[in-house]
Amino acid sequence: MVFVGESDELDRQALSLAATLGSVEVVSVGPTKIGGVERAWQIESPILSDYAPEAIAESLAQLVGQQMPSAVIAAGTERNNEVLAHLAALLDLPLATNVLSVAPDQDDWRLSRVRWGGSLIEEATLSAVLKLLTVAPHSQTVWNGSQAATTQTFEPELSEELVRTRVRERVALEEGITLTTAPVIVSGGRGVGSADGFAVLEELAALLGGAVGCSRVVTNNGWRSHRDQVGQTGTRVAPQLYVACGISGAIQHWVGMMAAKKVLAINTDPEAPMVTKADYAVIGDLHEVLPAIIAEIRRRQESR
Amino acid sequence: MKILVCVKRVPAPGARINLTPDSRSIDARHLSFTVSPHEECAVEEAVRLKELHGGTVTVLTLGNAEAEEQLRYAISVGADEADLISTDETDIDPQATASALSNRISELEGASETFDLILVGNESADAGGYQVGVRIAHALGRPVINGIKGVKVEDQTIEARREIDGGFEIYRLPLPAIVAVKEGINLPRYPTLPGRLRAKKAEVTKVAFQQKPGGLAMVSLATPVEQQSATRVLGRGAEAAPAVVDVFEELGLL
Ligand SMILES: Cc1cc2nc3c(=O)[nH]c(=O)nc-3n(C[C@H](O)[C@H](O)[C@H](O)COP(=O)(O)OP(=O)(O)OC[C@H]3O[C@@H](n4cnc5c(N)ncnc54)[C@H](O)[C@@H]3O)c2cc1C
Ligand SMILES: Nc1ncnc2c1ncn2[C@@H]1O[C@H](COP(=O)(O)O)[C@@H](O)[C@H]1O
Repeated sequence: MVFVGESDELDRQALSLAATLGSVEVVSVGPTKIGGVERAWQIESPILSDYAPEAIAESLAQLVGQQMPSAVIAAGTERNNEVLAHLAALLDLPLATNVLSVAPDQDDWRLSRVRWGGSLIEEATLSAVLKLLTVAPHSQTVWNGSQAATTQTFEPELSEELVRTRVRERVALEEGITLTTAPVIVSGGRGVGSADGFAVLEELAALLGGAVGCSRVVTNNGWRSHRDQVGQTGTRVAPQLYVACGISGAIQHWVGMMAAKKVLAINTDPEAPMVTKADYAVIGDLHEVLPAIIAEIRRRQESR
Repeated sequence: MKILVCVKRVPAPGARINLTPDSRSIDARHLSFTVSPHEECAVEEAVRLKELHGGTVTVLTLGNAEAEEQLRYAISVGADEADLISTDETDIDPQATASALSNRISELEGASETFDLILVGNESADAGGYQVGVRIAHALGRPVINGIKGVKVEDQTIEARREIDGGFEIYRLPLPAIVAVKEGINLPRYPTLPGRLRAKKAEVTKVAFQQKPGGLAMVSLATPVEQQSATRVLGRGAEAAPAVVDVFEELGLL
């Protein structure tokens, strides 16, 4: 049974993994577009008017108790990891989060999963009558089943008390290009030297239609907001080009941007890991290199 | 307010991770140790809430004897009490971890009062299970919410803010509650000299770990294969600018 409804692409990746393990049913809160599966369960309850992890898990626990699937699987998003953690706690079962692959071996499953935000892979055994797991995002192919599934409604019995952890309010923020959508990220580390030092990075990002990112040293120094931090405890990004200025390339930073198509490192140290791992590098002081790049772009734009 | 924070000692690797010959742990011989940035922020948030509302901050860890170092660090930045569930076992699974922590929390509460608030990190730095806090909440029968980057306590309620794409969500949980926080909720302070001295002298309570393992068992660790590509050095200093802009054009970015 695959719990869907977060992101069509990630849901279909979770389905891909599930389909290697047996026949698949999906379950969602409200309707789903996902097809090509045996059955689609639709959970309905007035308590589930907005995201409510505890109440969703309680619904899943009731459905699972009735249907007895061999596994409950979901895409490894922040929310699904939370919902499945509740389900695991309710049923007192183990939960493997951010799984990369599964080799079912009779009662126990052998699986590999992400550790250290992607810098390590763990081989583990999962022993339980009902297997609970979430699938590491972007680790699978995308399931493309489309044939409409038989839909069945499931109405759980939910106590009013469960609204205690439901979303109460939503606040929308006016945002321009964000780290997750930007085609280019111009990112700065300790080498930028100060909050003001980011002005040249802002300028280059604007010229390239991109966004500004940074390392943890930068947020720790209060130079930029944590919203801009890339890495294990920041945002994971996958732009066309990642320009790393004055960033050494610590593994916890690298795991946040290793999905970038191309990496350009600008660093005074030719031996910095970011430089040796990058596709392109410029060796030098970013405060000389960046203004020169900006001037060169302007020069070419004007002569056009 | 009585607040408890759960932290986990982990090595702090640099540019690459080396494993021990048996592939069961990180070779930490030349590494320093720390806690997840999320947990550092959890400690800081607890201390700020104490400064605002009065009360005490207790830090709790399940780990080896050396994990005292992380507890003492928490005291140096403002925590009051430290509690270590001590064990030589490594890689304790999330179920056993959560049982040990929640049992210890119940014991501490039995001897004194209920913790109004328990803070954990959103995910541990090493295992990244995203679940220990939720399991503790269920064991204690309290509400819990993950992914929090802002809190406010008022009238026995905690208002918690969670960032999502394009804005944020607000939750309101009745206390006592558990909140899993993320880095960015605050900017942790550095220890002061008096703080360091207090940490040095502080008493760390120790109890032994006794739990049977849960159903997820680590077998071995591996580093992911990285595709090695040769770096194209575009030049040195300002002179590299034309070559850089050529690359931008090649990639269709201009
Ligand atoms: C559990 C855990 C989670 C973490 N999560 C994250 C995370 O999410 N994101 C993150 O970034 N870090 C994270 N870290 C921290 C990480 O380990 C590093 O400390 C951090 O990434 C280093 O930042 P930096 O590269 O800016 O600084 P440094 O490592 O100090 O590197 C500075 C670089 O700038 C270069 N430089 C200096 N001056 C100049 C100049 N004028 N021009 C050009 N180059 C110059 C230097 O040669 C050097 O390479 C985490 C750590 C832990 C333990
Ligand atoms: N051994 C431990 N000791 C104390 N707290 C822990 C331990 N393991 C996990 N935690 C807490 O639970 C959070 C989530 O852990 P995890 O479920 O492993 O991602 C961590 O950020 C810690 O706050």
